[in-house]
Amino acid sequence: MSTATITSKIAKLQSLITVANLLSALEKTVKAAVLPLTGIVMFLFLWQATASNIVTSLGQFPGPGDVWDQSKILIEEHHAEREKADAFYVRQEVRNAKKLAKNPDAKVKIRPYTGKATYFDQIFTSLYTVAFGFLIATLIAIPLGIACGLSEKVYSAVNPIIQTFKPVSPLAWLPLVTMVVSALYVSDDPYFEKAFLTSAFTVALCCLWPTVVNTIVGVASIDRDLIDVSRVLRLSWPVYIKTIVIPSAIPLIFTGLRLSLATGWMVLIAAEMLAQNPGLGKFIWDEFQNGSSSSLGRIMVAVITIGIIGFILDRLMLALQKRVSWDKQAIFR
Amino acid sequence: MHKNYLEISQVGIEFPTEAEPFRALQNVNLSIQQGEFISLIGHSGCGKSTVLNIIAGLYQATEGGIILEGREVDEPGPDRAVVFQNHALLPWLTVYQNVELAVKCVFKKTKSKAEIREWIEHNLELVHMDHAMHKRPGEISGGMKQRVGIARCLAMQPKVLLMDEPFGALDALTRAHLQDSLMEIQNRLGNTVVMITHDVDEAVLLSDRIVMMTNGPAASIGEVLDINLQRPRDRLSLAEDPAFNAYRQQVLRFLYEKQKNPAAKPKQVESASKSEPKTDKVSAPEAA
Repeated sequence: MSTATITSKIAKLQSLITVANLLSALEKTVKAAVLPLTGIVMFLFLWQATASNIVTSLGQFPGPGDVWDQSKILIEEHHAEREKADAFYVRQEVRNAKKLAKNPDAKVKIRPYTGKATYFDQIFTSLYTVAFGFLIATLIAIPLGIACGLSEKVYSAVNPIIQTFKPVSPLAWLPLVTMVVSALYVSDDPYFEKAFLTSAFTVALCCLWPTVVNTIVGVASIDRDLIDVSRVLRLSWPVYIKTIVIPSAIPLIFTGLRLSLATGWMVLIAAEMLAQNPGLGKFIWDEFQNGSSSSLGRIMVAVITIGIIGFILDRLMLALQKRVSWDKQAIFR
Repeated sequence: MHKNYLEISQVGIEFPTEAEPFRALQNVNLSIQQGEFISLIGHSGCGKSTVLNIIAGLYQATEGGIILEGREVDEPGPDRAVVFQNHALLPWLTVYQNVELAVKCVFKKTKSKAEIREWIEHNLELVHMDHAMHKRPGEISGGMKQRVGIARCLAMQPKVLLMDEPFGALDALTRAHLQDSLMEIQNRLGNTVVMITHDVDEAVLLSDRIVMMTNGPAASIGEVLDINLQRPRDRLSLAEDPAFNAYRQQVLRFLYEKQKNPAAKPKQVESASKSEPKTDKVSAPEAA
């Protein structure tokens, strides 16, 4: 065999290998996508089959098709409402311009549009509320968890209280929070709506605990050697907490934060329903009270929206955890 | 003035247990001079680490005490740096930052920023780790981590360097390299070192004196052996040196005849009241 033929054979082999590699990559992607897709399709069939057998006083239980239609309607309503708002402002400007033309000293005002909130406004309100509640919870939970994790005494003192309040339902807190907010948040020109504060505080009260408990465990399980290092170096408390305690505990703190955010998002819907905070919870409640033939479909849209947003929130926390974590080799899921 | 630089006098310690307090050490007396290299050797669970932790101030002696340069020691501090068996580096900091943390604790007020930087780099050079300064502990080998652990301690310029089985977790070849490095550094800097070891060869090779401990409970110092071998020492030529082998024999005889391994012979009179605090495995020292 001459060298030329050998070279050409090698070239052929190499191209075959490239093709094989591409094929295996494709196979992997397909395999990765096939099972989830199969699951979704089977679920949709099951849903459709079940839905067509349930008749409620508001008509047939919505199947996937109805929900799809309703979600399109909700988007259309959003655009329609925005157009109305734009038109409203244009009218005002025209009117003001005329006024000024007549009398340059006339006082003109732009009044805000007070049309009803669209579905997307409501999603935004919910996100904003949960973020506020979650932030309050985090600001309390992490320092509390660190204090309990560092000191056996603080832990013994605080633990019974944590264990008692941890299993309390948001619905039990809500009346109390409502009354307290009404009593204490008195202002002629309130920056926050009372319903917003009530919902956010209820979220905070309920999503505090997973972060507290996980931070305690994270802080309490610092490597003994590292504690000894800090003692030999006589690290001051702030340096000790910053350089040793928080980095050691960060994986478990994040586990807690993710659980807390998921809890908070779940609690929020219930809180909004009862506190009438204009978010997704209120949307569902209003649709339920409204009781039209499209209500159940619209509620189902909200259910799916809530699920998807919850999922996205968890992924966002995971991404944040990956960014903050010092151990880039760690496996996150 | 160099006499009794570090004085361990009448040290005893009890640990509370559920039944009755467990007496780990009793009547430990030892005077260490400046620049001396001391090895503590004994079977597992005999309280070697406890002695070291008391010197470090991490444990409080129940009776007796430690005097360093005329002052009593009762809490941990950077003048008694500890090299831990498992390096105890902060995994989220780079090699440089790990040393920096220690240096800043000791020299923050006395050195300028540039001096601190130089001093960290100098100490990493001393242990031949300047090439991996900006790596994290997870990215370097076990031997390298231990080198950094040593650099961190040296950089604190401690009065005493305490080493708790510093090479115990390393393979034989890496261990030999690190022992050579340690000898070289000690030759240059003249540190006072107290090292715990399981390894008879290591003890004879590195030490000026070997302190052999009896088995616990209520362990104490059994014998002290002076090692009068010329420095600098070379492991190859020492391997054939009759004096070196005689020292080894003496330590081995102490460990395996006078103080039999408590784990090997459980039915001894001394260990009748058994409540061993340590569960780490007994590893027989290798005779190379």
